[in-house]
Amino acid sequence: MNFNAQGVWAIYRFEMHRFMRTLWTGLAVPVITTSLYFIVFGAAIGSRMTEIGGVPYGSFIVPGLMMLSMFTESIFNASFGIHMPRFTGTIYELLSAPLSPLEIVLGYVGAAATKSITVALVILATANLFVDVTIAHPLPMILFLVLIAATFCLFGFIIGIWAKGFEQLQVIPLLIVTPLTFLGGAFYSIDMLPEPWRTATLFNPVVYLISGFRWTFFGTSDVGVWISLTATFGFFLLCLVIVGWIFRTGYRLKS
Amino acid sequence: MAPVISIRGLSKTYASGLQALKPLDLDIERGEIFALLGPNGAGKTTMISIVCGLVTPSAGTVTVDGHDILRDYRQVRRKIGLVPQELHTDQFESVFATTMFSRGLFGCPRDPSYVEKVLRDLSLWDKRGAKIRELSGGMKRRVMIAKALAHEPEVLFLDEPTAGVDVELRRDMWELVRRLRERGVTIILTTHYIEEAEEMADRVGVINRGELILAEEKNALMAKLGKKELTLQLAEPLAAIPPELSEWNLALNQDGHELQYIFDAKADRTGIPSLLARLRDHGIAFKDLNTRQSSLEDIFVSLVSDRRGE
Ligand SMILES: Nc1ncnc2c1ncn2[C@@H]1O[C@H](COP(=O)(O)OP(=O)(O)O)[C@@H](O)[C@H]1O
Ligand SMILES: [Mg+2]
Repeated sequence: MNFNAQGVWAIYRFEMHRFMRTLWTGLAVPVITTSLYFIVFGAAIGSRMTEIGGVPYGSFIVPGLMMLSMFTESIFNASFGIHMPRFTGTIYELLSAPLSPLEIVLGYVGAAATKSITVALVILATANLFVDVTIAHPLPMILFLVLIAATFCLFGFIIGIWAKGFEQLQVIPLLIVTPLTFLGGAFYSIDMLPEPWRTATLFNPVVYLISGFRWTFFGTSDVGVWISLTATFGFFLLCLVIVGWIFRTGYRLKS
Repeated sequence: MAPVISIRGLSKTYASGLQALKPLDLDIERGEIFALLGPNGAGKTTMISIVCGLVTPSAGTVTVDGHDILRDYRQVRRKIGLVPQELHTDQFESVFATTMFSRGLFGCPRDPSYVEKVLRDLSLWDKRGAKIRELSGGMKRRVMIAKALAHEPEVLFLDEPTAGVDVELRRDMWELVRRLRERGVTIILTTHYIEEAEEMADRVGVINRGELILAEEKNALMAKLGKKELTLQLAEPLAAIPPELSEWNLALNQDGHELQYIFDAKADRTGIPSLLARLRDHGIAFKDLNTRQSSLEDIFVSLVSDRRGE
């Protein structure tokens, strides 16, 4: 047998069990935040913004909200998942187990992605209480959701291995990903920006992720959907290559 | 029979530039208890960590049951269980869940009855539902052993299993090691306590400053390097050793009240009868006598200090 399915399953269950311990806070947070966004953006600002590209503003921000949570949840869960064993020392067991790097990543990233996809779906359901959400292309929507979750969980996994302490775990999500998301058109269309900001924004990779994901809802997007998909996939591959390098060299895992 | 572990030319230099292991050859026989002795920083943990996949070797090869540890890591790691020196546990998991997790990690199908047996063997069954953080240090160490045994390994590494452990747990540990050996499990342990190696090991290796000084049968080692000493309590103190006794290796202790004769335990002729006869001839009387064989500890200390002096 050349695939340690039992091992992958053990890691997956372990991680899911960890999430279950904080299940209620884990789910209450996205529900409350989403509701707050709708109360603030939807009711206060949205009444003046009415429509963007034919989509009511309240509905327009739903994909962006989902993405924002997906990014932070994925990075946080995956980085914490692998950082914790490094911190407590229990990683010795993982390193001494008959597991290939792919299997270790499948277990950790699979579990973290499961959680962030769940959170995104909870946000979608909550949003549905406030505004009408119709999904124009459901299958591509699932594809984008899974691909983005996997990508950001891989990214989180890398951060969890790179970070030397818990504060470093927070640095990248807080200082890079969240600003890029806000500036990447999570809550507006980049067409609304004046030049040169519009062109500058095109250098923000998050724009492509959000734009593609929004297309699956409304059938319209800031940039071409194939460009979005290619960019997302490219980011996914980049993370995969880095993870491969980490295990090949033992970077921060083995001395 | 082919050795279960075969180490050839293994060395390790850490990124800091420190050479923790000098090129080292060692065979571990199937089913034996091998005790690796050495002072702190000698390289014991480094050697174990390389075999178990936690540290990358700088040079050399290790095979387990004929499988290379790097190329055939799956086959190798399935056979090996590791109890590391430090206590590393998942504080929020229950004893049962964490042991079952270890079993899964090593690719074994779920088997609650086997896990139950392991936990019972380690007197952990009553605590199976307890969270690990609720357990005492000794109990945590038992949990780590349970995790290492969860996948039914053929080779078990115990890195300082009894350091900082109470007497009861130490006895239990020795008992467990013997039971495992009866089942055919090969055990490699490192220890500070030489009495432990003396008590349990079939073979002993001594490592110092990254160099394996020797690896031998314990009994052969003790016979070969062991010295015996004869102590005579004199009736009257002597001011100096009389020149008539110069052919024996004697020392005068306790202000001349005690005569000590150190002789080679493996020699055919100890020289004792003739020494006693000579003493009688010169009218040196003694009240009492006793002999003592040097322990593994004496041997160890002399080996390690010899090397220090170089
Ligand atoms: N990860 C590491 N990086 C650098 N040096 C290390 C590392 N681990 C151990 N050492 C050094 O290697 C030497 C051997 O250590 P170790 O194998 O732990 O010895 P022992 O287990 O016999 O006490 C020590 O000098 C120790 O400081
Ligand atoms: Mg050590």
